[in-house]
This record gives sequence, structure tokens and C-alpha cells, in this order.
Amino acid sequence: MALSQAKMDATEARLSGLTLPEDGGWISASRADAQTRLRAMGMPGRRDEYWKFTRPDTLVQTDTPQAAVFDVTDEAPVFDAIDRLKIVFVDGVFDADASDDLTLAGVSIERLADAGQTDIHWAKDIYGVLETNGQVPVERPLAALNTAYAEDGIVIRATAKVEKPVSLIYLHKSTTSDATLHHVIKVESGAELTVLENGPAAARFNKVMEVEVADNASFHHIRAQGRDHERRAATHLFGRLGTESVFKSFTLTANGVLTRNEVVLELTGDDAQAHVAGAAMGDGDFHHDDTVFITHDAVNCESRQVFKKVLRNGATGVFQGKILVKPDAQKTDGYQISQALLLDDDSQFLAKPELEIYADDVACSHGSTTGAIDEESLFYLQSRGVPANEAQGLLVLAFLAEAIEEIDDSEIADDIRDRLEGWLKRHRD
Amino acid sequence: MAAFDDVDVKEGVDQETVDAVQAMAGKYKYGWETEIEMEYAPKGVNPDIVRLISGKNDEPKWMTEWRLAAFERWTQIEEPTWAMVTYPKIDFQDIYYYARPKSMEEKPKSLDEVDPKLLATYEKLGIPLKEQLILAGVEGAEDVPAEGRKVAVDAVFDSVSVGTTFQEELKKAGVIFCSISEAIREYPDLVKKYLGTVVPVSDNYYATLNSAVFSDGSFVYVPPGVRCPMELSTYFRINAENTGQFERTLIIADKGSYVSYLEGCTAPQRDVAQLHAAVVEIIIEEDAEVKYSTVQNWYPGDENGVGGIYNFVTKRADCRGDRAKIMWTQVETGSAVTWKYPSCILRGDESQGEFYSIAIANNMQQADTGTKMVHLGKKTKSRIVSKGISAGKAQNTYRGLVSMHPKAKESRNYTQCDSLLIGDKCGAHTVPYIEVKNNSSRVEHEATTSKVDDEQLFYCRQRGMGEEEAVALVVNGFVKDVLQALPMEFALEAQALVAISLEGSVG
Repeated sequence: MALSQAKMDATEARLSGLTLPEDGGWISASRADAQTRLRAMGMPGRRDEYWKFTRPDTLVQTDTPQAAVFDVTDEAPVFDAIDRLKIVFVDGVFDADASDDLTLAGVSIERLADAGQTDIHWAKDIYGVLETNGQVPVERPLAALNTAYAEDGIVIRATAKVEKPVSLIYLHKSTTSDATLHHVIKVESGAELTVLENGPAAARFNKVMEVEVADNASFHHIRAQGRDHERRAATHLFGRLGTESVFKSFTLTANGVLTRNEVVLELTGDDAQAHVAGAAMGDGDFHHDDTVFITHDAVNCESRQVFKKVLRNGATGVFQGKILVKPDAQKTDGYQISQALLLDDDSQFLAKPELEIYADDVACSHGSTTGAIDEESLFYLQSRGVPANEAQGLLVLAFLAEAIEEIDDSEIADDIRDRLEGWLKRHRD
Repeated sequence: MAAFDDVDVKEGVDQETVDAVQAMAGKYKYGWETEIEMEYAPKGVNPDIVRLISGKNDEPKWMTEWRLAAFERWTQIEEPTWAMVTYPKIDFQDIYYYARPKSMEEKPKSLDEVDPKLLATYEKLGIPLKEQLILAGVEGAEDVPAEGRKVAVDAVFDSVSVGTTFQEELKKAGVIFCSISEAIREYPDLVKKYLGTVVPVSDNYYATLNSAVFSDGSFVYVPPGVRCPMELSTYFRINAENTGQFERTLIIADKGSYVSYLEGCTAPQRDVAQLHAAVVEIIIEEDAEVKYSTVQNWYPGDENGVGGIYNFVTKRADCRGDRAKIMWTQVETGSAVTWKYPSCILRGDESQGEFYSIAIANNMQQADTGTKMVHLGKKTKSRIVSKGISAGKAQNTYRGLVSMHPKAKESRNYTQCDSLLIGDKCGAHTVPYIEVKNNSSRVEHEATTSKVDDEQLFYCRQRGMGEEEAVALVVNGFVKDVLQALPMEFALEAQALVAISLEGSVG
């Protein structure tokens, strides 16, 4: 369908302030292609069905909305106690001094700019490629924008079981920063890699991560999105899964005026396993959107989506989840649950848990529930001497536990649980 | 039948279900045609056609103007494309918008004066237009108590209402049951007060078109405190070729009243697709209750997708008063393409909406159907149970909305959607929208066979049944429950469905 004039104008307005990075090498062609893709689809607009529950205006507008820097003083940074290789970005720019040395057994790590300048690079087969696959049947213009204009990012290739997580830390120091990062990850056959991400990144953040998980490989991803109240983020995680591969991703979001996390996975090899989970807590001016699209295109694969949101003081939670089972993806086991706990009458939860099934020998289920804290449970705890606000905290924690249980590594899961408890204590009254 | 010969049915799917769905495929019972002399309005739609239809019905000026405004609006809006259905573009100027049997030129004063050919048509459909106690051929008729069970029928043939039975007896109870064209003439104040208040003229493309060109339909008014003494029924028959049927139904249940309304529809087998775009509006006042049941059995097209009815229907009930109640039950087996979302506006406090649906799509059929539950009042309740079965190369989509507005405190929704695929060339899809804007309400959406009522499961297991057996029993029992909730007049068609089970459903 031809784009409306308004949409074309909005797209050109956005592009007019940007210049394609000139890094030479193979990546220039990928960027030019992405720009063409973006022009064909146009920037997301308020009337687009895929943006029904989340207004894209501030993610699209040319001027970066400002966001005050939030200084966390009441708790140690997340993942602090985890032995990891740290890679630091400040407002979307790689900071070599703050980062660890990028050498680690079983994995090669490069900056995107360096990888892009060569003539031949393995990342060429992934950069913008998984993103392109993910544009059908639903368009994701912000991801194409990212592929075209991302100035920085990390390119990681794991060839063995990597002994410690690679940790991407996104610091936010400028109130007007507009960061665009694009990471490319390849986990080769039989290899295992864990990637951690944390921090608010910028006043406005557009991030794409493309992950190829080869046969028998395993990829774990745990992310904590930072507590800056005013930041905005649009992230895309694209994954392609080979035979008997494992892909597990968990995201914790506490605060943030606008977050849209899209996860787009293709299960292309038989017996693959994909788990995507998230816990989000919002208080006040908070809008959090999890949009997940899982395509089963191979036999006997399993996918799980577990999303929990706790909302108060006018916070909004959104979940758009879809399981697409292609005609030959027999024996698919798809599961999807989205649940929201509304702690007061001003908050809202908007959900669209979708199934599209073209194979007859599959089991797919989706559930979605929304409601307040169970009064009976609250009464039970109070009658046993637990003060009301503590009792509520316990019940909220219990509610979120199902999502945290999706994290395999118990040390990381405990760390995430501590963040939840901290948040609950701070937002008790 | 051919569609099933090469189908490997997955393990766990009930054979009886496969057989039942198979039995329904490929032999449409109502595909014959009545040879009768017709008069048509010229093909196409424009203000003159709108005036002509209005003129044929001897409508007052305000009605003509209402239609013309709708037509004007229709020319400014576009056909919706969001449903999961594909069909060749409809040429709206290549359709007859008005077709009436010549013998209906003079409106018959009583059923005795109706053209025998028309009477024979309904007789053959199993809906004889006689004031008899029970329809012929319905199994279980022998169990009917001696005092009998009455059903009043309004029969719509192409663009006109042929006749309405039991009108006098209903009148004694204060119930008005007649064609909408008659109501516009006889009860203009009632029509003016309610028409277009539930489905506004500008609601959607097909509803707007319907507002401009609807030719007939049924009108029901049940006065305060009256329990309608019999079931009311409208039977829609499309007979003429290249003709669209645009009927309008308006049902008003005044305070504390009750009515059960049934609707059936069939059409001849033709290789050119035909459009059916109806609007049903229901107004339910304080403490009133309406049961609306449909067995939709329009011609579905052949196994290659040639012909069939495009069924683009807007149905909505407005529970205006406190404790008002609406129950939609639908069995969807016909039509080439279905686009239909019977909805409930739960405006009154403690009002209730229920939606029970079984949609069976076979061969090349496409069904995109579901409901909207819009909770506006306090302590409102809704329940959605949707069972979709796809076979052959059919696509079956449940699409629904549950919306809890900020003021709908302490409201409740429960939704259950199950889908079953027979064969690997069809599709089953679920597209629910859930919007919760207050925290004292509870919304639950579930779509899996294992999520049947725990208590029922426990009961079965306690009696020594295995888990799967118990689930199957509960789910099957449910499908049967929906069918049993249908009025007896649909029993003929519905009996075939009783064998359907959702065992082995995919989600």
C-alpha cells in the first residue's frame, strides 16, 4: 500500500537530520538497503495497528526529548557481583577506558565500526539480515532506522562455551543524548554465550541486537533497563535459532517514561527452544510495551513467553505477543502468559495475545489475566501480623516470581530479585 | 467429501468430530432455488436507488433523509481490510440492492394471501409459515408438552418480509413483532427513538451501507414487565441472483421484559458470490433480558471456493439499564467469508453479556468472527466462549475485544477460546484485544483445553477418570451445552453438531 503523504513527510523529516555513517566496507551497502526499506514503510504513526497501545511520537520526532540523569545511590549497580567482561557505552558511545580488555577465551569481540570497514566479515550475513526477515508480516521501521544509522555497537562471535558473561553497560550522562546502537552476535555450533545488558543508555535509545544461534548452540540474555524516570527506549531483539539450539532472554524494567521492547524470533531448526520473559514495575509516568513475535518454522520446537507487570499511580503496561506456527512446524509446543497486577485504579494494562496456527499437530496456549491484589491473600497475611504494605510487597514479589524463574543462572536470578525487592521497598507508599 | 480423503488427522482428535464436520462439507441442503417472478431495482447504488428503496417501503421523509445521509457518508469511507480474510474486490455497482417477488407488490393482508410459491419455499426449508405449535421435522417435537410451544416467524425473502406469524396473539401481550418496514410506518416514534442508537450510521463501512439501503428486516418491541409469550424468529432467505441482502433488525426490550429471538439464514447454491450486509441493534433496558440465537447457514461456496455468501454483519446489543442481560449464541457453519462480531455494550450497572460461539469452516471458507465486551457500568459481567473448527483449506479466526473502562469498577470477564484443526492445510487464529483501565475488575483470557474448570476436572478425576479423559468430557460437555442452549427450532441443523468435540485442539 502506498504511504500516506503525512507518513512520507514524517519519515523525511526524521531522516533529514541524520547522515549515514561513512564507515566504508560491506556495511555501507547494508545501511543503504535499510534506508530504502525504511522509506518504503515509513516511520510508525499513531494510527498504525501495531502501535495501537503505544504512541510512537516521541520515539520518532526529530528533536530528542530531554531526560534528566538519574543518579542511583541507594543500591549497587546490577550485576556488580557477577564475574563478567564489561563493555561500557556512554550515551551510546563506546568507552574504551571504562571497558575491560575485549579478549576472552572462546569469543571474539569487535566494535561494529571496525567489523564494518573490512571487505569480508561473518557479521555481513547477520547485520540487517535478521532485521529484514523480521519486517514480515509486521513492519518494524525503528529497527530499519537503526540498521541504517547506528553509529556504534558490538560484534560478538562465540565459538566455544564462554566462561563468563559479556556485559554491556549503558551509561546515561547527557540530558539530550539520542543513542543508536546495533549489536551482532553469532553463537557457533555447540558454543554457549551469556550476554548481560544494563543501564538507561541515553535520553532516547534505539537499540537493535541480532543474534544467530547455530545448531546445538545456546544463548542467554539478561537485561535490566535502568531506573532513569524520563528516558525513552525502543529496542529490538532479533533471533534466528538452529536445530536443538536454546535461546533465553529475560528483561527487568523498572521506571522509564516510555519503553518498547520488541523480540522477534524465528525457530528455523528442529527441536529448538526459545524462552522470552519479562518483569516490569512502573510507578506514575510509566509506559512499558512488550511486543513479541515468535515464528515456528521447524518441527518439535518449544517456545515460552512469560510476562508480568506491576503497575501503580497511572502506569501503563502493554503486551502484544504472537505465536505464528507455519504449516510444517508440527509438534510445536507454544506457551504464552501475560499478567498484570494493577495496584490502583489509575493504572492500565492493554494486551493482545495472538495465535496464528497453520499446523494441526501442535499445542499452543495463551493466557492473559489482569486484576488487583487478591484481597483474601492480603487479609491472610495481615491476620498473621504482616503489616499491610509489607504484605502487598510479598504478594507482588510472588506474582513476579514466575517471570524471574525463567532465568537459569541462580546468581543472576537472585540479583534480579534483589532489584525487585528494592523497588518494592522504595515504592511502597 | 474429497477434502477429507487425503487428510491425516492428528492423534487425539475425536473421530466422531471428524465425521461430523465431514458430513457437513460438500452437501449443502438448502442450495435449491425458488422459481418466482421478481422485480428488481436497477443495478448499483446511488441516491436514486436509496430513494427508490425508501419509496417502495412508503417511508416518511425523515427516514429517506436518514438513509441519504448514510449514503453520503458511505461514499467517503473505505472498505476495511484488517480481517484475516481475502476475497476478490466487490463491485458495489454490480449488485441489485432491491429484489422482491412480483406477487408481493400488494402487501398480503394475511398469511392466507401470501403467494403459495413463497409459502412452499419456507415449507421446504422446514419453516412453514403457519400458526402451528411447532415446526415440522424437528427431532424432539414429540416431547413437547401438550399445551405446545409456539414460535412466531417473520420470513424475509430477498428484500422483503413475506409475512409474520402470530402477530395478533403477540399483540394481546403487548409485544410488537413485525417487519421493520411496517414498523417505520406504524410505529415511527419507537423506530425514530432507537434506530441507529446502538450501531450509529457511521459505525463501519458495511453498517453505513446497510443504513442507506436496508430494504426490510424485523422489529421487536417488548413492553415493560412482559415476558414474551413465545419465541420470535426471523428466517432470511436469499433467492435472487446477483442480489445483495441488506436487512435491519431492531429489538427493544423495555424494563423488566424478556424475549428469546432466533435467526436462521440460507441461500441457493450459485457460482457467483453474493453479499449479505445486515445490521442488528438490540436495546435492553433495566432488568430486561434478551437471548439472541443464530444458526448461520448461508451457502458456503463449493470446495474450490466458487460462489457463496459474503456475510459482513454488524450486531450489537446495548445493555442500557441496570441489570440488563444479553446472551448471544451463534453457530456459524455457512458463508464463504464471515466478518461478524456480535457485541455487548454493558452500560447499566450489573449488566451482563454472554457470547457463545461455534464456528466451523470447511473447504475454502474463511471466518473472522468474535465479540466485543465493552464494560462501562459498575459490577458488569461478561463471558466469552468461542470454539473454532477449521477443516479443508479453511481459515478460522477468533477476534475479540474486552474493554474495562475506568468507571466499570468490580467488573468481571472470562474468555475461553479453543481451536481445532482437521488436516494440515487449514488455519486457526486467535486475536484478542484486552484493555483494562481499573484495578477492581478481573479479566481472564484462556485458550487451552487443559484450562477447563478445575472443579469440574476434580469432580471427574475423583470418579476415577484419567486427566485427559476428564478434560475431554468437560470440553465436549461444553460444546453440547452451547448447542442445547439453542432453541429447538434450530435443533435440525444443530443436531449434526452435537458430535463435535474439541479434543485435540491446538490452542
